[in-house]
Order: sequence, then C-alpha cells, then structure tokens
Amino acid sequence: MATITLSNVSKDYGGGPVLRGIDLEIREGEFVALMGPSGCGKSTLLRLIAGLEEPGGGQIRIDGRLVNDVAPKDRDLAMVFQSYALYPHMTVRENMSFALKQRRLPQAEITRAVEGAAAKLGLTALLERKPKALSGGQRQRVAMGRAIVRNPKAFLFDEPLSNLDARLREQMRYEIRKLHRELGATSVYVTHDQVEAMTMADRIVALNDGAIQQVGSPQDLYDNPANLFVAGFLGSPPMNFLDATLAQDGALVVEGQTLARVPPPAGLASDAAVTLGLRPERLALTTPTNSVPTRVDMVEPTGTGRVVHLALGAQRLKLFTMDTRPLAPGETVGLSVPPGAPLLFDPGSGTRVA
Amino acid sequence: MSKTFTRALHALALAAFVAFALFPLFWLLKVSLTPDDLMYGEGVRLWPSRVTLDHYGAVLRHTQFPLFFRNSLIVSAATGLFATAAASAAGYAFSRFRFRGKAWVVGVMLISQMFPLVIIVAPIFRLLSPLGLTNSLTGLVVVYTAFNTPFAAFLMQSFFEAIPKDLEEAAMMDGATRFQALRRVILPLTLPGLAATGGFVFTAAWSELLFSLMLNSSAAVSTFPAGLLGFVSKFSVDFGQMMAAGVLALLPVGAFFLLIQRYLVQGLTAGAVKG
Repeated sequence: MATITLSNVSKDYGGGPVLRGIDLEIREGEFVALMGPSGCGKSTLLRLIAGLEEPGGGQIRIDGRLVNDVAPKDRDLAMVFQSYALYPHMTVRENMSFALKQRRLPQAEITRAVEGAAAKLGLTALLERKPKALSGGQRQRVAMGRAIVRNPKAFLFDEPLSNLDARLREQMRYEIRKLHRELGATSVYVTHDQVEAMTMADRIVALNDGAIQQVGSPQDLYDNPANLFVAGFLGSPPMNFLDATLAQDGALVVEGQTLARVPPPAGLASDAAVTLGLRPERLALTTPTNSVPTRVDMVEPTGTGRVVHLALGAQRLKLFTMDTRPLAPGETVGLSVPPGAPLLFDPGSGTRVA
Repeated sequence: MSKTFTRALHALALAAFVAFALFPLFWLLKVSLTPDDLMYGEGVRLWPSRVTLDHYGAVLRHTQFPLFFRNSLIVSAATGLFATAAASAAGYAFSRFRFRGKAWVVGVMLISQMFPLVIIVAPIFRLLSPLGLTNSLTGLVVVYTAFNTPFAAFLMQSFFEAIPKDLEEAAMMDGATRFQALRRVILPLTLPGLAATGGFVFTAAWSELLFSLMLNSSAAVSTFPAGLLGFVSKFSVDFGQMMAAGVLALLPVGAFFLLIQRYLVQGLTAGAVKG
C-alpha cells in the first residue's frame, strides 16, 4: 500500500508539452482513474509513475521517497497493459511466476502465491497453457493475476479492458473493483471510457491537453464540473450546451425564450453571453402551453427510456425521459428546466461561472 | 473446372521454376558421379550409363579439400557468431532507443553496403597486411564480420520491431533490468530472427570467393571456394573432382538450413502480417 505524490510534473517529447504542471496526491488504498480523450497525456502520466518514462520536470514520490531516478524494477509497482503483454513463450504459471522468480523467492512460496492468485481469478485450469491458447478475457485475467501475485505497493492499469467486448468489460469492471476492495491496494487506472471512470473510481482525475482539469469523486465531477471539458466528457447522452444570455434578473434566454431563472451571479455584465449546460436527464417534457415550446426532431428508444432530440430555434438539444407518451417527429412539446439544473460556463474560457 | 485449371497452372509454374532453379544442382551431382571415361564420351545426357563415387574418394584422400573445408567451417561459423551477436546488439538499439547520431550511424552503415567489394579489396589488403591479418583465417573473419554486420543489423532490427515494446516493459515492471528483460523475454522470442540472420551470414561467408582469394595465398588458410579453383589447372579442368568437392561443400549449408528451416520461414515472414 502506498501513496503516490506528483508535484509540478511535466513531460515533453520534443513536439510541445505532453504534460504540464501536474500536481496530484494519490492516497493509500485509493482507486484513482486518470480519464481523458486519447492524446490527453493520461498514459504518459501512468508511465511516468511506473518509471517507464522520465519526467521532464517536477518530482514523483512513492511513500514519500523521491523516485525520479529509480528504475521501474525497484519501484515495486505492478502494471496491467492494454495489450496484456503476456510473455508468449511462457505458460500462464510461468507468466505469473516471473516477478517472483526475479525476486528469488523459494519455489514453494512461488507455487503457493501463483496458485492462490490463480484460484482467486479462476485460472487454475489454465495454468499450464500458453497465452496463445487463451481467449481475450482469459488473457486479461492472466495479466491481472501476474499483477496481484506480487502483492505490490500499487497497481497501475493502462486501459486494461479496452480490448474486451462490452459484456466481458462489464464483468471485469466488477471483478477489478471487487479485487481492489479485497486487496485494498492503491490503484491508478487509465481510461478514456467515462463509464469505467464513473463506476470504478474513488476519485477521477480529468485530463485534457496535458493538464489536470478537475479532481474529485465521480459524483462530484458529474454534478459540479469545473469546466466545459469535464461537463461534456461525463454523461451519456452528453450534456447539452446552448448559447444563452443571462439577463440582470437571472433569466436565461435562449433563442428569445426564457428557459429558466437562476440567482443572478455576481460579477457578470448584464445580458452576458454564457454557455448553458443542461443534463438531458434533468430536463422534463410538459405541454407547450405552460413551458417553452420546442419541436421534436427525432426519438431514440434506449430500452430504459427514450432520448428525444429537440429543436429550440436554431439550436439542438437532447432530453432523456422515461415518459411513455407517444411522441412524433415534428410535434411541438413543452420543455421544462427544473431549478438547479442549469450550469453556466464562460463561453470564451470554458470555465464554470455558476 | 476453372478452379482446378488455375490450380494446375499454378502447380505447373511452380514446378517449372523449381526445375529451373535446381537444375544446376542436379548437374553438379550428375557430373560428380560420372566416371572420367564417360565424362565426354557419352555426349550430353541427363544421367550417365554408369555412376561412381571415385571422385569423392579422390577429393577426400588426394586433395587438400578437407583442409579447405575445415578452414571454411571455422571462418563461416566464427563470422556467423560474431556478426549475429553484433547485429543483434545494433538492431536492438536501433529498434528501441533514441540516441544522438542514430541517423548518422544508420546512414553510414547503409553507405557501406553500396560499394562493389572489388573496389575496396586493395585498400583492405593494405590495411590488413601490416597487422598480419593477411594469409590468416582471423583476417577473413574480421572482414566478413565487418561487411555482413550492417545488413544483418537491419534484419535483426526488423525482428525486434515485430516484438511489442510492452513485453520488455512488463518484464521491467516485474523486477527485471532491461538486460534481464532482453535475455529472458525478448531473446527467446527472437530465436527465429537469430536463426535467419545467422544462416544468412554463415552462407554469405561460406560462399565468399573474392576476399578469400585476394587476402590469402597460402593453401593452409584457403577456404573451399578458393580451393575449388585448384581443380582448374593450366591444361585441364578436373570437372569430376571439382563437382564432387562442390557437392560436399553444399552439405553443411544444406544441413544447417534443414535444421533451422522451421524458424526461418517463421522468421522471414514475421512482422509481415499484423497480429
């Protein structure tokens, strides 16, 4: 179990910075997801922690010890790769024993540890097989087994589930979570999948363009995004962003219609242009007479409910509803925005203003 | 119908090619087995009316061929070993590391492959002579290793590129140094590549004539390609013995390739197909 502390870490491959000013404290036993789109620097950050890349600047500490110049093998971290990186010429047993043999543990102890981990992951019957003879899901388990057998200070996961099909991914999400609860080990989990980050992490680190956008619990990021990036990354269907003006009295005007009223925030000019963020599931359908009339563009059933695409003047937005009333494209319906739903962002910088 | 036809055509084309490629070898064997009195007497025919192993006996007992053979074996094996080792190290570095001057090193190695060897035989002789490396097997090993390493290094580089970086990184996370990762994970996976490269270098050294002829004049350090020329005298050519020696010289290379062919096919196609 370990704490991992990054202070002012940066990385540059020569074509501009990949990571800038990263400050992050990963607490003991915590499950932290590094989340962002491809190219945001999340994998690089993980590789810096692993020691597979050298930081351009800043300090990386594990349990308080500066590890900038410590070789990966001496950091006592286990990593699960996206490609699994199983040693193709070794059996499952040899794959899982590799790290323990490297440490020159007695054979009996290695056997015990490997068989214990194999039992935990349901790999016992596969121990003598080579990776070639395993399915994708089984390979993923072996990669996990190779990590847990070592009992490392922390686990690093580099998009470990992205090569699995949707069903297996869901199952492994659950199993990794369960393993984390059993082992209580510090885990850093890189993913571009917001569902993985939401469902698995104690805390999410949202990254974009090589910088941390926000750190917090999944619910916190979902409810209180710090900027447009975080707001748009979490949630499916994603948050609606509308061009709006905020009147002095707190009226939010979109396409000439007052969509909602908010307590007027201090420091904003009258009739300021804002970007209005609305979560599709927070919106409600009503009748056109007592709320803002909008036109139904398209209806997508999802099984649990329906995603309704609406046209409000020249702008489009989505609404998620479990309402079962018949809806036809072209029909005019009422849109109601409950208090508390509107999030306001500065259209220039993208930062949240209210 | 048309499918069987194209398949037959395909087989026919292959058979024609194989026959074309192997015919000289067949002729080598045929002449080596033809008794001297039938060599010219029977005209051109595919198989002599009588065969004999006399030429083989003569080559092994009455010529210096066994000595040449031994020299060739020493030179080729040593070259194969050294060049493959150097090429593996270079190929690994090219494939995995970014370092200052890498483009230059690669460029110079490429340029070294562009000269016809004939041009540089004389300078090489001048270089090796004061070092006592002419008329020596060591000299040949040095020259062959130097000239075969660049291509072999590019070959090894492509084999290393076919092995995902993740594997050695996983090994390094698992407590191995880079060198341990190389030895325990990457090297076992490169065996086909090593076999292919080793085979290539061995064969190149085995059949090299120019340097062997120019650098070594003493029979004691002649390799067999140079030695074969000894069967050509001023007034006659002993075709029977020459061909017998040729067949014998084929044996180790043939045996070697038979041994590694499983790896070779795998090796030469590695990286060609993704996955």
